[in-house]
Amino acid sequence: MFGSIDPSLLVASLMVAATPILLAAIGELVVERAGVLNLGVEGMMITGAVCGFIVAINTGSPYVGFAGAAAGAALLALVFAALTQWLLSNQVATGLALTLFGLGLSSLLGQSYVGMRAPSLPRVDFGVLSEIPFLGRVLFGHDPMVYVSLLIVAGVWAFLRYTRGGLVLRAVGENHAAAHALGYNVVAIRFAAIAFGGACAGLGGAYLSLVRVPQWTEGMTAGAGWIALAIVVFASWRPWRLLLGAYLFGGVTVLQLNLQASGVAIPVEYLSMSPYVVTILVLVVMSAGRAPGSLGKTFHAST
Amino acid sequence: MKETLLSLEGLTKAYPGVVANEDVSFDIRRGEVHALLGENGAGKSTLVKTIYGLVKPDRGRMRLNGAPYEPAEPKVARRLGVAMVFQHFSLFDALNVAENIALGMENPPRPRDLAARIRDVSETYGLPLDPFRTVGDLSAGERQRVEIIRCLLQDPKLLIMDEPTSVLTPQEVTILFETLRKLSAEGTAILYISHKLEEIRALCETATILRLGRVVGTCDPRESSARQMAEMMVGGELLVPEREPGEGGAVMLEVAGLSAASPRPFGTALRDIGFEVRAGEVLGIGGVAGNGQDELLAALSGELRTKPGMVRFKGDDIGRRGPNERRARALLTAPEERMGHAAAPDMSLTENAVLTANVREDLSRHGFLRWGRARAFAELVIERFDVRTPGPDRAAMSLSGGNLQKYVIGREILQRPDLLVVNQPTWGVDASAAAAIRQALLDLAAGGAAVIVISQDLDELMEISDRFAALNEGRLSAPRPARGLSVEEIGLMLGGAHDMEVAHVDA
Amino acid sequence: MIRLERRPQPSTFWTWLTPLLAVALTVVFGGVLFAMLGKDPLVAIRTIFFDPLFSQFASFYRPQLLVKGAPLVLIAIGLSFGFRAGVWNIGAEGQYIIGALCGAAVALALYPMEARWLIFPLMILFGALGGLGWAMIPGLLKVRFGTNEILVSLMLVYVAEQLLAAMALGPLRNPEGMGFPGSRNLTQYDSATSWIDRAGGMHWGVITAFLAVILAYVVMSRHILGFQIRLAGQSPRAAAFSGVNPGGLVLICLGTSGALAGLAGMFEVSGPAGQVSIDFNVGYGFTAIIVAFLGRLHPVGILLAGGLMALTYIGGEIAQSQLQLPAAAIQLFQGMLLFFLLAVDVLTHFRVRLRHREVA
Repeated sequence: MFGSIDPSLLVASLMVAATPILLAAIGELVVERAGVLNLGVEGMMITGAVCGFIVAINTGSPYVGFAGAAAGAALLALVFAALTQWLLSNQVATGLALTLFGLGLSSLLGQSYVGMRAPSLPRVDFGVLSEIPFLGRVLFGHDPMVYVSLLIVAGVWAFLRYTRGGLVLRAVGENHAAAHALGYNVVAIRFAAIAFGGACAGLGGAYLSLVRVPQWTEGMTAGAGWIALAIVVFASWRPWRLLLGAYLFGGVTVLQLNLQASGVAIPVEYLSMSPYVVTILVLVVMSAGRAPGSLGKTFHAST
Repeated sequence: MKETLLSLEGLTKAYPGVVANEDVSFDIRRGEVHALLGENGAGKSTLVKTIYGLVKPDRGRMRLNGAPYEPAEPKVARRLGVAMVFQHFSLFDALNVAENIALGMENPPRPRDLAARIRDVSETYGLPLDPFRTVGDLSAGERQRVEIIRCLLQDPKLLIMDEPTSVLTPQEVTILFETLRKLSAEGTAILYISHKLEEIRALCETATILRLGRVVGTCDPRESSARQMAEMMVGGELLVPEREPGEGGAVMLEVAGLSAASPRPFGTALRDIGFEVRAGEVLGIGGVAGNGQDELLAALSGELRTKPGMVRFKGDDIGRRGPNERRARALLTAPEERMGHAAAPDMSLTENAVLTANVREDLSRHGFLRWGRARAFAELVIERFDVRTPGPDRAAMSLSGGNLQKYVIGREILQRPDLLVVNQPTWGVDASAAAAIRQALLDLAAGGAAVIVISQDLDELMEISDRFAALNEGRLSAPRPARGLSVEEIGLMLGGAHDMEVAHVDA
Repeated sequence: MIRLERRPQPSTFWTWLTPLLAVALTVVFGGVLFAMLGKDPLVAIRTIFFDPLFSQFASFYRPQLLVKGAPLVLIAIGLSFGFRAGVWNIGAEGQYIIGALCGAAVALALYPMEARWLIFPLMILFGALGGLGWAMIPGLLKVRFGTNEILVSLMLVYVAEQLLAAMALGPLRNPEGMGFPGSRNLTQYDSATSWIDRAGGMHWGVITAFLAVILAYVVMSRHILGFQIRLAGQSPRAAAFSGVNPGGLVLICLGTSGALAGLAGMFEVSGPAGQVSIDFNVGYGFTAIIVAFLGRLHPVGILLAGGLMALTYIGGEIAQSQLQLPAAAIQLFQGMLLFFLLAVDVLTHFRVRLRHREVA
């Protein structure tokens, strides 16, 4: 049964399957490192999916579509930022609201786009490199967004580890009162982080509607945003572990799809629930990491 | 006469319902160690936050080196040479020393160079510190060093220190004072905020005294008596509690080999603690903040469960019992943090009465609350402990710190404990209320209860304790009679030299 | 420049006014939204909020208010316990599905036995236990391993949906249904129906919802459990100091909300929905989150909020058929309501002050 699956194809397709979640998760990682818990990833992703799709259809360019997705989702994220940072609303409730709102907004926007086909995203041409056995297919056979997602992960890692901006962001997430006392603008930094998180979630959503599926259907993210949130916990808020988590998850998804296709004698529904069950199991095993000190707490400068 | 570095002219800052600073004017000269003296709530914090750019004054102005000085934010203040060592909330536990220091600098050098400079400065001023240790794992004294070095790396002209010694052992205080004197000799002015008179007399050249937001006096602390300054600070005479040394009755609490991990990240584990307390006795437990005080209280209150045999109360092994089972046995506690631990800020005083008094005051029947009784009990606490509030329906957070403390302590005392454990009973409480709380604790002991007072205020402990012990890194020194203990002995106990023979200290 | 200043204590006035303000804002912005969709905003608002109650067909719509409102109120009451205690069960949709499946499974297993005194109580029991059991998964995982209950309860919604599909296509499929997915119709099985008066919209879920409101009110205001729940939500450390067992509270809160959501699902499947089908769940579990917040987590508030939200469902359907207003617009409308509610909530705890820049 497993013998029929080509391992290089499996790895290559798990990377594709993991990319939407990876993008959304790396954005959320930055948000959470800044001390904000945005549970609206699902809503931002699906908004990105529909915005990206609409823009890509109307401009004919998937690249402009991705830009539109990032912008649309970031805009939605700013609503969350305004509510939680200025109006000091509860982050959990506001994140839920963002998801409910995003689901409604996206299906309204996408109504007349159901059934259309998105312009396709060409693969990056690595020439002879993609001829290398196994590695060629795994490393050099993808569309640009797969590489963009990896670059973002590397960029976030370097930013958090080596730059002053990253240090300030971590400080704000660790102890916002102390960061404020040192004169850092907690609210502004969090606004920026939330917008970045939104943009990343938007890219992830657009990857679903423009590459992976590629068309628009209502509720197409099907919990990917929530899984992204779980992967941030799994990764203990570290970028490289996040990559591992997302690809592990991609692996489960692809395997499950392959089993469905190969007609195993297990009802499709049980296979379809496996990614969610695996996510729960992973959360159980990996709930030991230490969260940023101010995560989810409301900040109000009383002075 | 040294030239003026910073002059404050008529600074006024009002918050709703309270004027924090009113028409405050004084000068700080170059290289001087200037004390800012006042009780809690006198307006010291607001004033230094104004100087540091965290608070904008409603009126008045400041001049630095003769030029107008209006820092819009701390960055500006730092750039102009004003640095501040905070008392609370300014370090990041999960980051290392070098990262913490970099965050407080305008243009930090590269990490490697910074580490070298940290080592340099720490050696020059006698403040040893490893740049790559995680701050959460440091002791309170070491954490303060991080703050000081962070300031020193900026070559400040004015260094503000907010209650720096409350987290230090006497020996560490000596080191700190040497550092400060050295800095002052090099021309750095120091604004030293404290309410400890002896320290100010030992260190400062000038003292400005604040009361209720106003400057009520200026003096040379080296030539004034502590009593003169205290009277200016308090604006009246102090009631000193009376203490009849108790003889000690039956053993109430027996703690033996108490070890437990801290329930909090970066907390302090308790290690092999052993002591006993008798009826009618006050045991004072001193120690620098963060040495296991919270954990010890939790182990006694029942929030932290311990292994069998470690905690015995009236002969019963209560290590696995929860807070309410201990309350039923007349073991009551009052933790240090009032807001959010001893009391729920958003809840009314009546509801806060239910918080701990449900069991002993019979405030519920079959699980259904008897709000009338709860309210009556809250009113009793308010009346007997002189809590200033319009009534028991007010939220706990609407009370001032001192009033809420009186409420919390009163709530426990009125439940007739056989053993009361309090942590920092008078922290942030004005002098007269503090005296009243101490007197109430002494009365409780006189009535036959055992009392354990955990505090960082040594003067307080010496005043009310029959026996004294010190916490250091989760260990407790053997309790000794408080009467006759010298400062050096206490210092050694606080510093962790528990097993050292006292004999050679007397020399 | 606008500045927020914390109130010495939460304002009772604003606590009750903010939901009304949020509704008003939502109506205004919803009107703008409908106008952008090319509908007359006034007609749309009237269709949604007034027609179900006062139009010439109101007698047909009014019973629907009970039908839609009951599950919302029932679930929201359960959620409010947890939300007050800081336990975030957002997987009520899943518990609702499992409750329905368990309740229906009992009935279908005993079909065609005629013994209402046995079958219906058993269905209630299993419906509640099903929801409770499903909610215990995140509960026990949180207590035992510290796993985040938000994510686990939500993941379980997707698992429950797949399980629902598997059941509708497999074990619970109507053997006489000629291969179509979906179970037997329970409303045609006298021992298993939750209808009391179908024309009046009255079923056992409605009665249970009202009972839940009363019970929740008593527990929250009079019982030590309600006190502990509020305490744990406001100050977890104070709760531990007070002697509240945090793990136990998590289980109680999740268990209560799970059981009530399961009951809601059971009453729905044996009444208004009638059968287990793939698209049985319509999002009550998520809308109930809005209901809970809109009702300020207060039982009476939840009752009112549930009614209002039911109104938007019914009015939304009318607007859909009469004005061709897209269904998604109503969903968006509900999302907007929650946003505005959270936004104006700031007035409860803070005063808004206008501050002029001082003249230096």
